[in-house]
Amino acid sequence: MTESPKDLKYTREHEWVRLEDGAAVVGITDYAQEQLGDLVYFDLPEPGTELRQFEKLGEAESVKAVSDLFAPLSGEVIEVNESARESPEIVNSDPYGEGWLVRMSVADFSELEKLLTAEEYDALIAAESEE
Amino acid sequence: MSRNPYVPNTEEDRRAMLRVIGARSVDELFDDIPAQHRDPPLDLPPPLSEIELRRELSTLAARNRPAGEMPCFLGAGSYRHFIPAVVNHIISRGEFATPYTPYQPEVSQGTLQTIFEFQSLVCELTGMEVANAGMYDGASALAEACLMAASIAGRDRIALLSTAHPHCQDVVRTYAAGRGLGVDVMEPEAVALEGGHACLAVQQPNFFGYLEDARSLGEAARANGSLYVVAVDPISLGLFRPPGDYGADIVVAEGQPLGIPMSFGGPYVGLFATRERYLRRMPGRIVGRTRDSEGRTGYVLTLQAREQHIRRERATSNISSNEQLAALAVTVYLCALGPQGLRRVAEHCYRKSQFAAAAIASLPGYSLPLRGTFFKEFVVRCPRPPQTINAALLERGIIGGLDVSHRIENGMLLCVTEMNTRGEIDSLVAALEEIGR
Repeated sequence: MTESPKDLKYTREHEWVRLEDGAAVVGITDYAQEQLGDLVYFDLPEPGTELRQFEKLGEAESVKAVSDLFAPLSGEVIEVNESARESPEIVNSDPYGEGWLVRMSVADFSELEKLLTAEEYDALIAAESEE
Repeated sequence: MSRNPYVPNTEEDRRAMLRVIGARSVDELFDDIPAQHRDPPLDLPPPLSEIELRRELSTLAARNRPAGEMPCFLGAGSYRHFIPAVVNHIISRGEFATPYTPYQPEVSQGTLQTIFEFQSLVCELTGMEVANAGMYDGASALAEACLMAASIAGRDRIALLSTAHPHCQDVVRTYAAGRGLGVDVMEPEAVALEGGHACLAVQQPNFFGYLEDARSLGEAARANGSLYVVAVDPISLGLFRPPGDYGADIVVAEGQPLGIPMSFGGPYVGLFATRERYLRRMPGRIVGRTRDSEGRTGYVLTLQAREQHIRRERATSNISSNEQLAALAVTVYLCALGPQGLRRVAEHCYRKSQFAAAAIASLPGYSLPLRGTFFKEFVVRCPRPPQTINAALLERGIIGGLDVSHRIENGMLLCVTEMNTRGEIDSLVAALEEIGR
């Protein structure tokens, strides 16, 4: 298994978050896209939506299942990746790059402490894979 | 435990299974059920042999007066229409009659193709863009449409016209209660929508057989940002404009009139169609057509990822299987008739019911209390309680209409379809005249 990028933080629900210019870019991890299989649809919030940390952000639908997505941090949705909406398969091919999902403002940077580091996340998915 | 010839497990098998799960006895598995509620004595007569059972059932069946046995003018949600022989012939094929819901759907290409055809026909009939593979019946389809509207609009009240079928209203209330949604019943001439109303649900023609002012009701819904849900009699669409033409967001129907016998109320099938932009919010499943790697046409079950058997408590609806055989009957019926055939059936219903209503209204003591255009049903005000009239009709070998005197004084809801001959209508009119004296 490839290691998760070190510069990101992770949720136990397989979202990643990257800080860029004081805002948070959010997506789902490589492990998540692999588990879900071919992604066919994302239900994402409109810009302006206020979310609290770990609140439901939207839904990812693959050919196999529909999964809820959770906000890794509290804040307001600033931008939605229209490319991911129109071509969900880019999340399969490039989950940490082109396949980002939403950009959010960060209401409270201390919430980052509640997220996992890459090492902790890798340990989590290693444990999940063994089950 | 008694030995049952249909249960292959031996005592030894049972002991081995109990050992694995760590239970001492089978009874221990039912500990959660209070002892007095376990194995209650069933008050049943002794078993019958096959020949005795057949006699018993024939006796019971003979107490029923089936609609085909005598002239029938009863509708009110379940309708007697002609069913071409090809419908029963096709749906009786073993391949169609026996399968359960396809869990490995793509191996069932024939079944998937019929579902695809069903969806296509429902879209064409309703003037909508997408249709699902079918619901349990028209009432559950209407309830699901209201829940879907609540989810799309993000609102928690349902507005429903008082002229929708009372049973459908009950089903909507039941579904709504489970989701914590409120239901407001409104008179058609006094629709007052508010910000909390997710949808306005209308039956067209209404329970009494009359056309609602569908366009202005739709405009009222739109002006309030509510979705417009329309429940139709599918046969009426042979003659009237489809709801897609007058702004419906979700169209549902009871499919029974399209090739399914009345059968004491079921199995029926619900038709469910909507706009493409709501596709992901639609309950149930949908079959798509695609091409395989060699370019051949293939049918695939899609959107089932939102269904209960995969998504459990978070499913879009609690629909898992559907009434596939009934949906197939609808498909064969519509294909056999074609648009022209459906139009002719609808014209027969319309003309014969107008003829019957005019003849009855001209009788002394009888009148038509409602105004407007009706399709195949209409309400007659009788000179006596409809219950008395119906009993007298039955004595003369005629099944009368539904007593709606709780809504309209001495009101009787009569239904005339293409199955009612001129002779039957004349007999009804003559009998009503005699009874009304």
